Amino acid sequence: MSDTRPSTPHGLFSWLGQLVLYGLFALAIGVFSQWPPYHPLGAEQALIKLSVSHVGKPIGECRKLSQAELDKLPPNMRFPEQCPRERAPLTMRVELDGKSVLDRVVPPTGLSKDGASSIYERLAVPAGNHHLEVSLNDDVRPGAQTYTRSADVTLAPGQVLVVDFDANQGAIVLQ
Amino acid sequence: MWRALERGFDAAFGAACNPLRHLGAIGFLAIWLLLASGVLLYAVYDTSVAGAWRSVTALETWPLASGRLLRGVHRYATDVLVVVIALHIVREWLHRHERGVRRFHWLTGVPTVAFAAISAVGGFWLAWDRLGQYSALASAEWLDAVPLLGAPFARNFLALDAVSDRLFSLFIFIHIGVSLLLLFGLWFHLQRLSRAAVMPPRSLALGVSLLLLVLALVAPVLSQPPAAALTEPVALDWFVLWLHPLTDASTRGVTWALVAGAMALLVLAPFLPQPARPAVAVVDPANCSGCERCFDDCPYAAITMVPHPQPRVGRLLAQVDPDLCVACGICAGACPSSTPFRGVETLVSGIDMPQLTVDALRRRLRQDVATSTAREPLVIFTCDHGASASAALSEDTSVLGLICAGQLPPSFIEYALRDGAAGVVVATCRDGGCEFRLGERWTAERLAGRREPRLRARMPRERLERVQAGPGDEAALAAAVARLRERVRTLSIPSN
Ligand code: HEM
Ligand code: SF4
Ligand code: SF4
Repeated sequence: MSDTRPSTPHGLFSWLGQLVLYGLFALAIGVFSQWPPYHPLGAEQALIKLSVSHVGKPIGECRKLSQAELDKLPPNMRFPEQCPRERAPLTMRVELDGKSVLDRVVPPTGLSKDGASSIYERLAVPAGNHHLEVSLNDDVRPGAQTYTRSADVTLAPGQVLVVDFDANQGAIVLQ
Repeated sequence: MWRALERGFDAAFGAACNPLRHLGAIGFLAIWLLLASGVLLYAVYDTSVAGAWRSVTALETWPLASGRLLRGVHRYATDVLVVVIALHIVREWLHRHERGVRRFHWLTGVPTVAFAAISAVGGFWLAWDRLGQYSALASAEWLDAVPLLGAPFARNFLALDAVSDRLFSLFIFIHIGVSLLLLFGLWFHLQRLSRAAVMPPRSLALGVSLLLLVLALVAPVLSQPPAAALTEPVALDWFVLWLHPLTDASTRGVTWALVAGAMALLVLAPFLPQPARPAVAVVDPANCSGCERCFDDCPYAAITMVPHPQPRVGRLLAQVDPDLCVACGICAGACPSSTPFRGVETLVSGIDMPQLTVDALRRRLRQDVATSTAREPLVIFTCDHGASASAALSEDTSVLGLICAGQLPPSFIEYALRDGAAGVVVATCRDGGCEFRLGERWTAERLAGRREPRLRARMPRERLERVQAGPGDEAALAAAVARLRERVRTLSIPSN
């Protein structure tokens, strides 16, 4: 019986070929596992991230129940005050250098509309000086307050400015 | 084109160790190396915001570059895994292995792509350098495109003080937990295959391991500065993290569509219209002695041995599961009752293929040899998936095509010679190139007398030519026929 075609490598040529193929593979792996470097932003750009997640105010005033009304309720549900569960939507407006870049109304999440409203946006802007106007409203009741913040910022290339809302301080924060 | 590539690699590696025919096994090797290096890395990893970067960076200071080797092997094995998974999918797809019975292997492969990708990306977060932070934030923003939770994920990464130790426990869970899912998925993937290769041949395993070690030393994997300023340029691993730049360059919608579309395509491919499935192997209880040879040789674990209904014949009986049978005929080649020397009018084997029974094969062989006018007729057994014998056709040749070379009971070779053939060629695919995984291997072992049913030692070997001729190797097959013809001619010259 005779067999053709050796199934193991034969001769110098094969060994060289194997070396070359291993080498090429190693080169490809070694190179593309770190090169070319990636610039997430252009060289002269900065990033403004609008990132707010906040639970709005209840949509209505709480109401005191009269004694007659309370008597009608089962004993374990007799709370003297009744508040609406639904929350106000979040309205956020952002102006950059006098131009509107965001104007959005976000409804509350959750089945009973009592969850947080979230906004998350990336704005790539040229590095340098900018004027930022941010306003945020979380209340639909009459006479409600709108939070505002206006600031002149200088953004270095590659810098990331985060615009957030701190509910405890009741203030729009830039960091 | 793939075939040309595979043959080029054959020239260098030898057919038996061609990496392109061992992609799945190389993937497993990468996974074993990832597991081993991963256990060690985990032992020294500090699961905290403050300590993560420091504990990973400290690897560089280990003596004898051991930490560098450890980290390098872990990273580069990941890159190798990504590449071989991609090639494995391409190869299986080019071989139309999403179809028929292999739908199972295809579909169980699909989730492993997702598991491998998630685990690989998650690994970068653990180092918590600039790259890790960039990737974590980019992944979170990408996931936020589909609002699952009330608050965006990405908020967890925006301010440095927002990142908590708990987050690192989540990273660990993703990286290690999903790797375990990958292993579990792969266990499924290899069900219904017998003797699945979870380790490449030794020389290939050595080569790949060596390659990883050299890479780890020559191109050390180093941490970038600790996570801080958010948008410095980063040295990106393009094999694993390509989705981030692609998303930055387009939109999250585009890359979501791309990923979802690719996954959908993979899942749907097996359900596209396809040719009807060929008839599966059929057992004839009266001729099955329960010897278990077919059970041993079936590459798709389609045969089970059950109690024989006629204990007079044998204690066990082979049973074919039609849902698992790919209709390769290798079992018919294994069955002792497939021998053509049996004196029955109609040859019925213990296990046989309805589309090409051993009886039909014997009839064709008899007829071809009987009607041949050549002085020294040659019989060529070929495989329908291998090289076509058209280039070797001539007056003295008779070609008998088989579903797989493994379908040939070795006794047919002797039978052909006894019946008047002057020589026999058996063509198999190249090592590791069998369409049905193991046919070429079993044929070689049977003909060499190392596996049942063996080719009898008394058979005149000089009248047999075995050739590895896969699809496209027509010239090699023709050359083998010519060689045999020449040899047979010298044999028949009286020696005095
Ligand atoms: C981590 C990823 C994967 C690994 C490590 C892997 C490994 C393997 C191994 C070891 C085999 C058996 C090969 C043999 O012994 O003949 C195999 C077979 C197979 N794989 Fe994968 N696989 C992976 C992913 C996939 C994917 C994503 C697909 C397709 C979508 C796929 C499709 C197939 C098919 C169709 C077979 C059957 C081949 C045959 O019947 O000859 N695999 N895989
Ligand atoms: S034809 Fe192939 S897959 Fe089917 S039972 Fe026989 S050996 Fe197994
Ligand atoms: S090889 Fe033939 S005799 Fe042996 S178990 Fe299988 S079918 Fe029965």
